[in-house]
Amino acid sequence: MARMKFLCDADRCIECNACVTACKNEHEVPWGINRRRVVTINDGKPGERSISMACMHCTDAPCAAVCPTSCFYTTADAVVLHDKDTCIGCGYCFYACPFGAPQYPRVGNFGGRGKMDKCTYCAGGPQQDNTRVEYTQYGSNRLAEGKLPLCAEMCSTKALLAGDGEMIATIYRERVQRRGYGSGAWGWRTAYRENITT
Amino acid sequence: MLIKRSDGVRAKQRLASAYQGLSAGGLDRRGFLKQAGLAGAGVAALAGIAPRMAEAAGAATGVINHEQPVTRVKNICTHCSVGCTVVAEVQNGVWVGQEPAWESPINRGTHCAKGASVRELVHGDRRIKFPMKLVGGQWQRMSWDAAMSEIGEKMMEIRQKSGPDSVFLLGSAKFSNEGAYLYRKFAAFWGTNSVDHQARICHSTTVAGVANTWGYGAQTNSYNDIRNSKTMIIMGGNPAEAHPVSLQHVLSGKETNRANLIVIDPRYTRTAAHATDYVRIRPGTDIPIIWGMLWHIFQNGWEDKEFIRQRVHGMEDVRAEVAKWTPQEVERVTGVPGAQLRAVAEKFATQKPSTLIWCMGATQKTVGTANVRAYSILLLATGNVGKEGTGANIFRGHCNVQGASDFGLDVATLPAYYGIDENAWRHWSRVWGVSFESMRARFDTPQMMHTPGIPTTRYFDAILLPKDQVQQRDNTKGMIVFGHGGNTVTRMPEAVKGLEALELLVVADPHPTTFAVLSGRRENTYLLPIATQFECNGSRTSSNRSVQWCSKVVDPIFESRTDYRVIYDLAKSLDAAATKRNMTYRIAEEMFRPYEIVNGEPTAESILGEINRGAWGTGYSGISAARLKLHQQHQDKFDLVTLRAGANAPAEIRGDYYGLPWPCWGTPEMRHPGSHILYNTNIAVKDGGGSFRPRFGLERNGQTLLAEGSWSKDSDIQDGYPEFTVAVLKRLGWFDELTAAEKASIAQVGGANQDAVSWMTDLSGGIQRVAIAHGCSPFGNGKARANAWNLPDPIPVHREPIYTTRNDLIAQFPTLPDRRGFRLPHLGQSVQARSPQLAAEFPIILTSGRLVEYEGGGEETRSNKWLAELQQDMFVEINPRDAAARNIRDGSWVWVMGPESNSRARVKALVTERVGPGVAFMPFHFAGWFQGTDQRSKYPQGTDPIVLGESVNAVTSYGYDPVTFMQETKVTICQIRAA
Repeated sequence: MARMKFLCDADRCIECNACVTACKNEHEVPWGINRRRVVTINDGKPGERSISMACMHCTDAPCAAVCPTSCFYTTADAVVLHDKDTCIGCGYCFYACPFGAPQYPRVGNFGGRGKMDKCTYCAGGPQQDNTRVEYTQYGSNRLAEGKLPLCAEMCSTKALLAGDGEMIATIYRERVQRRGYGSGAWGWRTAYRENITT
Repeated sequence: MLIKRSDGVRAKQRLASAYQGLSAGGLDRRGFLKQAGLAGAGVAALAGIAPRMAEAAGAATGVINHEQPVTRVKNICTHCSVGCTVVAEVQNGVWVGQEPAWESPINRGTHCAKGASVRELVHGDRRIKFPMKLVGGQWQRMSWDAAMSEIGEKMMEIRQKSGPDSVFLLGSAKFSNEGAYLYRKFAAFWGTNSVDHQARICHSTTVAGVANTWGYGAQTNSYNDIRNSKTMIIMGGNPAEAHPVSLQHVLSGKETNRANLIVIDPRYTRTAAHATDYVRIRPGTDIPIIWGMLWHIFQNGWEDKEFIRQRVHGMEDVRAEVAKWTPQEVERVTGVPGAQLRAVAEKFATQKPSTLIWCMGATQKTVGTANVRAYSILLLATGNVGKEGTGANIFRGHCNVQGASDFGLDVATLPAYYGIDENAWRHWSRVWGVSFESMRARFDTPQMMHTPGIPTTRYFDAILLPKDQVQQRDNTKGMIVFGHGGNTVTRMPEAVKGLEALELLVVADPHPTTFAVLSGRRENTYLLPIATQFECNGSRTSSNRSVQWCSKVVDPIFESRTDYRVIYDLAKSLDAAATKRNMTYRIAEEMFRPYEIVNGEPTAESILGEINRGAWGTGYSGISAARLKLHQQHQDKFDLVTLRAGANAPAEIRGDYYGLPWPCWGTPEMRHPGSHILYNTNIAVKDGGGSFRPRFGLERNGQTLLAEGSWSKDSDIQDGYPEFTVAVLKRLGWFDELTAAEKASIAQVGGANQDAVSWMTDLSGGIQRVAIAHGCSPFGNGKARANAWNLPDPIPVHREPIYTTRNDLIAQFPTLPDRRGFRLPHLGQSVQARSPQLAAEFPIILTSGRLVEYEGGGEETRSNKWLAELQQDMFVEINPRDAAARNIRDGSWVWVMGPESNSRARVKALVTERVGPGVAFMPFHFAGWFQGTDQRSKYPQGTDPIVLGESVNAVTSYGYDPVTFMQETKVTICQIRAA
């Protein structure tokens, strides 16, 4: 099986937010919940760089390690998913996540947290694939249809890559060799304990 | 991190309540119910407030049912001019999903934030749902029939009293080509030239500038061709935000060729963040920068001497002006050090092919046309036109602003840039199958037929100025606005007064737009719900002149109707009103006779057919609906870089360039492939080659204006030659190559003066066919003009902006004296004289631009929840130094004050080094607040955009380009204070 990963090429990302709205549009993610967002450093200064961030679907995911209800599971494609029926909205995973991926809807007027929501790598959840109930809880399941996450498919400059780790690393490596610069596969050491050497 | 997060939640809640409440009417309770998990009955009851809303909301949550078949429909994104293909998945008439369009050579599956969320436009819970009018200041629902008949009545009343010129017809760059053409034709049949659209306020100076230089007003190359460039200069543009998908090509070019990407801009833009070189300039000093570069180029002999000798007229005159711009002088005026500019000039001139990319930073200036001319001259001097990887890559704004310009939504021309002289009117009268005399009779006086109309930048002046200052029978009294924001034109406080003085205001749009809510109007204001381009068929022309067929995704939602239908119905209601008044004026029958009418509206295919029969001048003649549909079907067969369909393509498109970029000569049957790169002499005309167009005579001061020693490949005439007419064909002995049918058609067009029939007026296409068979450009082979003697500044010269912070430079570089144009006075020096007095009070330069999430006036995109969430506040970018001096903190509220009408805007401060000290930037997509007042309650219930904010144009000021009346939005002065 493939080992699915995300890779954002910071030298290509122009903070156009296509990944953000593509995600919202595909899964009807409600206002206030951001499964994906674009982070910009040195905004407005030389050295400005943007990176599109979401759940990286880590190897030995720290969210799973801290979850008191063990709602996380890893699919055969190495996508980290969770079961919303088990989630109690405790927020531990948010503290554990190095990427700030977990999101919580506000369910009451007193700051109560609803069930955690995050990027599913467009792979739905534990419900049966591509059913309405799966869509309502987790959004669409593109992987089951043989498609990749829409954020990466629609990235305006093809900065955000999704797919088998080996394959996207090769694409990135070739790109860096051709152009002669690259700032590394951001987040890979943290998420996958590896880096792309060029 | 947690602290920051809760901050974010607070900000979100504020707007989240506006978003969840369906309208302005205090529906926060709905949000409460939803949050408390009490949805169901409560929500359903509230949804009942806006009729048919519940139905739409149901559609909006439409999810693909994987057990049912899905239809895939191809359309084009309705935002910027890149022309990204959108693949819509449709089930049961509902747009349920969007998939990447991998096969499009333009976007290859990708989108920006706007393109990835276009599905929302068609779910449109904030769209106008039914026709409405203002009664005593309140919006009231009405039927289409009643709306059309009342509007027809009022238009005829104005016509009877004040003449047809008193109705201003504002069209749209959101029209399809067919819609734009139909609207222009409607204006002609109404009897006015006061018909305009967004090109006036975005690239009119580009069109004027480049057309006056080398023939056509359009991007010379394409987004894809930028992949061939070795040096790219982006000057006065921020495509990373305005045209994000174009960056795919720009960055690929940069990476593959290790190309130089040079950004010259007052602002360190998101594009600049990816540049190899960034040059910060003082706003409004583009010409000194270009001349400063040319100074180094001439000094070092880097110019392309052979190219200049063969293909350029008047470069010597440029040298004389450039000699004044020594590095010291350039630094004094622009703030750019000589060494930096030398490095840029050297790269541009020696590491070729080089391209110059510009947008509204160049055009929206009092010297817009001159800027564009200077840019073009730089390209000519370095021989960077008419080859792969070179050219003026002008990124236009709206999805069909190129097409709408091409079809004459312009106060000074009929479709396809024929102008408005008698020949032009005779040509189009023939195409329309009506007599020239009958068209003339539709105008107030024969004179008005040839008088350019009122431009959209000045409509309120035409309403408000004393009658004797407006060169038509009466002031403007009525306005019909299709698809156009009211916040995109400068001097909004005066626009408010103008709108209030109108006797009739019709806003035909998917959204209410600023026009509907800006003023204090109480009566005679109509809102007509118009379908988006996703809800109708038609073609649109992207910036690179490629024409793409767009198939209807779903039927018009709610009670929306298409542009075609509304224009047709309006024509019919005018006839009814005229009948009632015993007037002889009629419009519908004659105007719509040529079209196939299906379901009460003319079909896009039949309108395009008429365009094919008339638009010879820009080579739209070969672009038939059938060919475009084949291109849509076989998108994957076109090459990414050359845009050409290769050997693996089906025979019927083989060799074509994608979207048949115009000029696509002759008849569709001739199968010209289109012209990917304009003025390209390296390939034959039949393969899309060309030459510069001699439009301005054959000789000037004893020097020839025809090319010398340069011709397009395979040309039988191996030298310069004039445009093709029957007389020229006869002289060359080629006349008898015309078929009998072609000759008969020419005889019919020419009458007694057959020799004068030209490649533009020959309705058979025979002249073009014969010229191309001999390898010649139908329009001739001339020189580009470095000296454009018919313009106010034949050689561009620097002129300080009207309002400047460098008042010490006004004496040396004054703006133009007061003059008249487009029926109106045009003030220059008399306004500039105020600048020195205001210097102390308004020390900061104000400039404006785009954000990636929003587009144009922003009404449509600010109503899209996915986009609105990303940009919730109008803001002003201010340098930390200026902020500190004013005690302004990042994120705090400030007042931005403009130099005219005591104008002011309350916005949030974004303290950033993106702008230099003394410069402030505001995005132009916001509206709905005016001078500190929230106008949400003035929107019809349920149609208010999610995000409202102050418009930058509430504080922008006077200033117009002398050639096109382009407004100055990029350089004015302001003061900023903590609120």
